[in-house]
Amino acid sequence: MILELIVANFPYFVSVVLFLVGLYAMIVRRNLIKKIMGLNILSTSVFLYLISVAYKEGGAPPIRVSEVEVYVNPLPHALVLTGIVVALALTSFALVLTIKIYKEYGTLDSDKLMDL
Amino acid sequence: MTTIVIKTIARVLVPFLQLFGFYIIVHGPVSPGGGFQGGVIVGASMILLALSYDLSSAEDRASHKVRIIMDSTGALLFAGIGLLCLLVGGVFLEYGIIPLPMAPAEVRGLMILLVGVAIGIHIMALAASLFLHLAEEHDT
Amino acid sequence: MDHSPILVVITPFVGAYLSPLLGLWRERLCYPVAVAAALLSLFFSFRLAGSVLTSGTIRYWVGGWEPPWGIELVVDPLSAFMCLTISLVSLLAVIYSKNFIEKELPRGKMTSYYTLILLLIGGMLGVVVTGDLFNLFVLTEIFSVAAYALVAISGKRGSFIGSYRYLILASIGTSLILLGTGYLYIITGTLNMADLAVRLPAFYDSWVVFGALAFLLIGFGIKTALFPLHTWLPGAYSIAPAPVTAIFSAVVSKVGGYSLIRVLFTIFGLEFITDLVPVAPALTWVAAATILVASMFAISQTSLMRMLAYSSVAHIGYVVLGVALAVEMGMTGGILHIFNHALATGCLFFCAGAVIYKTGIRHIDDLRGLGGKIPLTMAAFTLAAASKVGIPPSAGFVSKFYLSLGALEAGEWIFVIVILLASLMSAVFYLRVINLIFFGGDKHEVRRDELPLSMLFPIIILALGCAVFGIFVGIPLQLVEPAVMVLSEL
Repeated sequence: MILELIVANFPYFVSVVLFLVGLYAMIVRRNLIKKIMGLNILSTSVFLYLISVAYKEGGAPPIRVSEVEVYVNPLPHALVLTGIVVALALTSFALVLTIKIYKEYGTLDSDKLMDL
Repeated sequence: MTTIVIKTIARVLVPFLQLFGFYIIVHGPVSPGGGFQGGVIVGASMILLALSYDLSSAEDRASHKVRIIMDSTGALLFAGIGLLCLLVGGVFLEYGIIPLPMAPAEVRGLMILLVGVAIGIHIMALAASLFLHLAEEHDT
Repeated sequence: MDHSPILVVITPFVGAYLSPLLGLWRERLCYPVAVAAALLSLFFSFRLAGSVLTSGTIRYWVGGWEPPWGIELVVDPLSAFMCLTISLVSLLAVIYSKNFIEKELPRGKMTSYYTLILLLIGGMLGVVVTGDLFNLFVLTEIFSVAAYALVAISGKRGSFIGSYRYLILASIGTSLILLGTGYLYIITGTLNMADLAVRLPAFYDSWVVFGALAFLLIGFGIKTALFPLHTWLPGAYSIAPAPVTAIFSAVVSKVGGYSLIRVLFTIFGLEFITDLVPVAPALTWVAAATILVASMFAISQTSLMRMLAYSSVAHIGYVVLGVALAVEMGMTGGILHIFNHALATGCLFFCAGAVIYKTGIRHIDDLRGLGGKIPLTMAAFTLAAASKVGIPPSAGFVSKFYLSLGALEAGEWIFVIVILLASLMSAVFYLRVINLIFFGGDKHEVRRDELPLSMLFPIIILALGCAVFGIFVGIPLQLVEPAVMVLSEL
């Protein structure tokens, strides 16, 4: 019963698990790089969720061809693409900051950085 | 650690990568793809160069100055096309209104291609910059 | 056809990409470009406000595509009001930057500074004119990323950590906003705000809608810096260059508040947030907690910038409190306070920056006797502080008065006590500073010497604004009253 529910909604469960993993990494892990990894996992889970919602069984790419009846909804893909660009910008900027922080303080441990 | 194998493969691969990137950019109006995706591929070819050779050889081909110029002109081109539509009496990015001797649908296709190229120029400079700046930070 | 809605957004962006091009050639050309772009934005904002007042809400279809297929820009009185506030404060901050940046930033950062500040301005203006929920998300990200970079740009000790903490916390908010947007899209099939408002009532009993509301509230709550989510703000604000901090505190967190207002009132509607799910009453308590806690923290600060930062957290609380009361007087007070607080806090941060520029002082105790050295600046500081405390007839008094009336109208007299108590607390920490400045004795070797004109001008304008808009309240109310009407109708 529960198993059937999980199998039927598998992508959603994966995305929830990934979301929590990412959130945990961002809040609890002390290493700054691991926080950035958490950020990436978190945003990936959101993208996975949006993409799996847009998926249709047997749907074709949304370009009009005469014999195709069912198209995949293109809008969530556009949202996800934009979201990926945003995540890329955030990640690269966070990495630059991490390098700068490491050069200045010689550590990536957020607890030690708090004491400084 | 870069060996002769890596260097040779990269040297063969880079032109094809860039060609593929340009293909994706100009094919944007009629198939999946477009400025962003193609631009990233072209930018990635510079990253491959920096990884397989060294930073300075990538810097030689895409110097800081060139990247900034490409970055800005790409973005300004995009805004310029949008503002051009205002000048000829339409609303922002209303491509169909631009007076060219063809059907409005064709004008739209052409303008989407131009916008795609503008975004492609912008993104290829940006993607290369992201990596090269990070690597420079790390080196110094 | 009036193109002001798109031009107001596109001008700063064009400026932002022109300045690196010109910066390669001559670095000092960036400043005039930035001033020109900000000035043009202000001009278009005035035109927007004018046409909104005469002909009501403006709808602009980008690319000529009809919504909900195309992207729509919607400028209602609230948007026009925010546009004016943002572009006014931004223009003054850009003008102020000239001398400050030359002295405080490392060499070679000037081009990136002006590019980033124009991206920040453009992003914020985009947020307030867009009528599309996903555009709201994207533009929020554009100005947020520019904001993270501006926090780190000085390269001073602690700036990278401040920026990193801001980034990590705010990007959790980002993901939640995207998730909430996705939820709303999935259940209604549209992202246009007006369209969402029409289609949502059919799904009011669905858990998906509750989930979307919760995600959007927390996400924008982080960007707005409401009480338990405010921890990133003081670190980021106290380390950024002063003109940037002025923009941050005056408008950036207000834009977060604006997004909250849009989500609550335009998308979900008054009935849903007060009766069906009592979000608005809950928000009033959160806002009250924000006001009291932030004021308490502000009293205990020893650094001037940090004290002002906590004080601005408290004032975001006033804005949210007023709007969440969801009665006419309260909303008028809350929205009016966006403008009045922007004037006062902008002026205070400019003055704090002026002190740093002139003497390098960041500590409150070291301010002794500065009143005799830079008298005009310190007089402006006093005027703005009076407005923040809410001493009549300053502008801050008017909005706090409206807020108290709103709290009484809603029957929540406890919030009147909160407002009075918090005003008393802010009197404690502002009067301490003013007392030190003018009557703390003289221990400085600095000559009596005013600031360069480019820094003095914005300070004087904002300080005069604090006084003038306390007496001529009708001027901002022209836009605020229709804004409240539009919001409470929906």
